[in-house]
Amino acid sequence: MPRSERIVENLNAALHRLFAEDELVYLIGEDLLDPYGGAFKVAKGLSSKYPDRVLTTPLSESGFVGVANGLALCGNKVVTEIMFGDFALLSFDQLCNFAAKSVTMYGSRLPLRLVVRCPVGGHRGYGPTHSQSVQKHFIGVPNLWLYEMTPLHDNGAVFAEMLAREEPCVFFEDKTLYGQRRWVDGDDDVFRFDFLGERGQYGRATPEDVDRPDCVVIATGGTAPLALEAARRLFLESEIACHVLVPYRLYPFDIDPISSLLERADHIVVVEESVAGGTWGAEVAQHIYGRLWDRLNDRIRLVHSAPSIIPTAPHLERQVLVQSESVYATVREAIRD
Amino acid sequence: MLTSELRPGGRETAPTRLDDDDLELLLLIRHFERNLLDLFSAGKLNGTTHTCIGQEYVPVALARLLDDRDYVFSNHRGHGHYLSRFRDPAGLLAEIMGRDGAVCHGVGGSQHIFRERFLSTGVQGESLPVAVGVALHLKRHEPGALAAVFVGDGTWGEGSVYEALNMARLWQVPLLVVVEHNEIAQSTPTTLQMAGTIAARAAAFGVEHRRVESADVNAIRGLVAPAVERVRQANRPLVLEFATTRIGPHSKGDDTRTEEELRSVRARDWYLAYQKVFPDQFARLDTRQREAIERITRDVDARTPSRWEGSCPGQSES
Repeated sequence: MPRSERIVENLNAALHRLFAEDELVYLIGEDLLDPYGGAFKVAKGLSSKYPDRVLTTPLSESGFVGVANGLALCGNKVVTEIMFGDFALLSFDQLCNFAAKSVTMYGSRLPLRLVVRCPVGGHRGYGPTHSQSVQKHFIGVPNLWLYEMTPLHDNGAVFAEMLAREEPCVFFEDKTLYGQRRWVDGDDDVFRFDFLGERGQYGRATPEDVDRPDCVVIATGGTAPLALEAARRLFLESEIACHVLVPYRLYPFDIDPISSLLERADHIVVVEESVAGGTWGAEVAQHIYGRLWDRLNDRIRLVHSAPSIIPTAPHLERQVLVQSESVYATVREAIRD
Repeated sequence: MLTSELRPGGRETAPTRLDDDDLELLLLIRHFERNLLDLFSAGKLNGTTHTCIGQEYVPVALARLLDDRDYVFSNHRGHGHYLSRFRDPAGLLAEIMGRDGAVCHGVGGSQHIFRERFLSTGVQGESLPVAVGVALHLKRHEPGALAAVFVGDGTWGEGSVYEALNMARLWQVPLLVVVEHNEIAQSTPTTLQMAGTIAARAAAFGVEHRRVESADVNAIRGLVAPAVERVRQANRPLVLEFATTRIGPHSKGDDTRTEEELRSVRARDWYLAYQKVFPDQFARLDTRQREAIERITRDVDARTPSRWEGSCPGQSES
């Protein structure tokens, strides 16, 4: 059986399809031209095929996200690539004060089709300013939608949805996923994969058909592999059945497709790589409490990285970043308590 | 030469006669904003506002050099820019007062206006890169149209300005940067916030720069029209710097300049110059505009509050 495609190939193909289908599509960012094709090769081949619509820019994150805003204001569909998500903070004004505000602050809806792609996350030894998971810094901006690449979802469909919103979106791409293969049902000896929600908003991994899972683990796309590894150990060692749920959209959190499953779970764990404090998991937990407080069996447990900068040396980085072991230990603890 | 000073018709020279339409527009802006300050004093306005009293002639001079295809990006001090483009004092006043008929339903207020190809926002420097994106689009799809951005001298403290100029020149887009250099950023004189000159800044990017000393609307048009046309035809970005004077406060009642400084800026007011040289025309139009603004104010004040349909639409859905 042929193995599934690598996630970076799926993302690259999604962008190629966007360009081929629509002449209004632009890609803007640093070092995008072939043969380089972007720092993580996501833009490979695009500048050769569409030289007028792939704009390689100076080191000006605020400036080129502004240019993207201007192109979007004129009706174009604009994708920007921030080389490292850490640098998206340089463009925060354009994202928060221009793109997101403009949708509604002029009294009637102003559509803006803009996706800002942000490679994020550590485990690669890039150090404190090139390894952060910056998702949490963008939560709660009205009209700014946050998405994240997952091992389950087709990036083409996710991009189509983001652009169809006609409101600015940030798309986080965990760097460790690029080289991994997509999760395809039938490929795994232990887990089966399916989707929840009418648009398949949640990818799900389950060890077997358990109506009442011991634990639901909600994980970001980037931490989904760690969560799956933990769920595998828990199942193989102790037959603890975890459902691993992976949303393609982080914010606003969409509880509807998973509400009934959460009700039936004994325990809920939320996993992300962001360092402690003001996390996405806290936002998720708050939503779940609001909807299901009376029906929960246990408090929601959050798994994230330590409250620290992310060091460079591998042994130090490992101490700070969330690991599969932390997910494993948290589920164990929840069941034991 | 990339930079030059356009001196003819300087402040010392008597202004040339304006047609009624131009002078009326100048007076409309002046009375509109004086009225705003009065309304604030009377406790009838909420929040804040920034008037361009003394600078009105800049957008009025440029109004006939811009057309409907052009995008205009305005700023916090934008009433003159808006009125020069749309001559819609009632819609703007309703916006500022939060009344029915407001351009943006009262959501944006004085400094956040969007109408057709006119957009203002309240963050300094933010519009420049956006205008570069718009200009790039215009170059490709509507050749001959341009994106104009109004900024002040204080705006040059923002990094976005330089990022934008760099890309504008690299990509050769029809960007017109209009600098209303009034020598004061809120309360800070330019000497305390700007090293070097705007001309040298533009030159560093290979961007054409023109400095205009004149406050004579006719003279300004004659001087800058060829350069603006080059922006359109050759996609050459241009920085057009006007040496101007802000006669009013930054917002309301927050002027910290000395009486002597204020006397000096008031003495350079175009209002006094036109009044002195063309007394009959001036008196006739001045009365007309003052009365018009009084009428509009009574009308707008009596309207019902503006309504914002569907606040925050997208995010209530999944």
